[in-house]
Amino acid sequence: MAKYLLLKHYRGAPEAVNDVPMDQWTPEEVTVHVQYMRDFADRLEGTGEFVDGQALAPEGTFVRYDGEGRPPMTDGPFAETKDLIAGWMVIDVETHERALELAGELSAAPGAGGKPIHEWLEVRPFLAAPPTITE
Amino acid sequence: MDEALLRTLTPTVISVLVRRGADFAAAEDAVQDALVEAVRGWSDDPPRDAKGWLVTVAWRKFLDSVRADTSRRHREERVEGEPPPGPGEAVDDTLRLYFLCAHPSLTPASAVALTLRAVGGLTTRQIARAYLVPEATMAQRISRAKRTVSGVRFHEPGDVAMVLRVLYLVFNEGYSGDVDLAAEAIRLTRQLAARTSHEEVAGLLALMLLHHARRPARTGPNGGLVPLAEQDRGLWDTRLIAEGVDVLQAALARDRLGEFQAQAAVAALHADAQAAEETDWVQIVEWYDELVRLTGSPVAGLNRAVAVGEADGARAGLAALAGIDPDLPRYTAVAAYLHERDGDPVTAARLYADAARSAASLPERDHLTRQAARLNARPRG
Repeated sequence: MAKYLLLKHYRGAPEAVNDVPMDQWTPEEVTVHVQYMRDFADRLEGTGEFVDGQALAPEGTFVRYDGEGRPPMTDGPFAETKDLIAGWMVIDVETHERALELAGELSAAPGAGGKPIHEWLEVRPFLAAPPTITE
Repeated sequence: MDEALLRTLTPTVISVLVRRGADFAAAEDAVQDALVEAVRGWSDDPPRDAKGWLVTVAWRKFLDSVRADTSRRHREERVEGEPPPGPGEAVDDTLRLYFLCAHPSLTPASAVALTLRAVGGLTTRQIARAYLVPEATMAQRISRAKRTVSGVRFHEPGDVAMVLRVLYLVFNEGYSGDVDLAAEAIRLTRQLAARTSHEEVAGLLALMLLHHARRPARTGPNGGLVPLAEQDRGLWDTRLIAEGVDVLQAALARDRLGEFQAQAAVAALHADAQAAEETDWVQIVEWYDELVRLTGSPVAGLNRAVAVGEADGARAGLAALAGIDPDLPRYTAVAAYLHERDGDPVTAARLYADAARSAASLPERDHLTRQAARLNARPRG
């Protein structure tokens, strides 16, 4: 098994096919979308492939160390930030193909007009622990 | 064996060990071990005297741990020389345990974890699952908390307000897992109310009961939030409401108002209304006035603005909102609601979308997005 991160972006991914902001959908379309996401996670729990899923608030703060005895320096949020993560799902699957297949299904979540959003999701393999036997 | 029943004995058994001379941290560990053994071994044949069994086994485990720890040899001698406990149990030993677990030196998260374990009898694993953190993290949090209170004398007088804050957090911020934290918070508050006549303990118990009564109506079939005005009031638990109102009335009759009683009074007025439009908003505004006076809390001020909007019209609600800090969580959602009531769906839709972006939970975000969508989807004209 190998773990993959499915990343959803507020900004930074190529434009989706059905790219209508959610507040422009009908309330029923929002409900159906939310249900699809919930069902997707439930199904992966059922197949033993779900690890974690989280959503992130759009606004964050950049922080860095600013020297001995000084409070950390903060900055942002930056309106010009190109890449903004919206949330993720971590899955544990047999193959890379399976990870792509599941990301494809997640991207088919219904949006405006009840049609799939065709949203671009980013699939990133986790770096694993080193194997015991290497030769 | 009923595990919940078993857990109710936890604070009593810890107290017995402490009175025999065990320190709190070791006593707490020993009782947890005894509980685990009881859950494992009692299924077919529970002992007649559950408490006596737990005391015996926990004490043995405590002595084992003391013996195993050679650096504590001197304490072993003291403990083994301790006279056997006298008959009966001091009534408020359990109360002292509440105080210790909510000691002001603890952070809220630590106090919550320690209370759930030492007073509630939950295992570290159950608490970790409930708060969605790894078990090792929760184990560290609990053992650090025990170290923090290790210097506190068990019989030191405690602060009821701190205990109430902890119980409120358990009720309000529980997540998931196999333990119903809201029900657990009610159980612990009920147990506390039986041991102290403090009117704010009764106020908090009433507040919890009245909110718990609405739980079946609070989420829709797909897990979405159902706002108070749209809830199916037939789903409200009338038994819990009746109990909450009784507890509240007895507390209010003593004429020492506090914030939990005032919040419970608002909840009771909602519970009284058979339909949303029958809500006595004028009285609710008065209770929020009391709450603002008692606490100065901006959140109370924000909720007051909603109530004013219902009692005196949306324009008055917006005027009440003008004095509130716009950075407050839910401020934008309240503003959206009042603007819609004021006949300005365009502003309301924009504000609902803004509120969705700053929502602190997914169900709230979905709900606010749906509100924006509803207004944006209305026929233009």
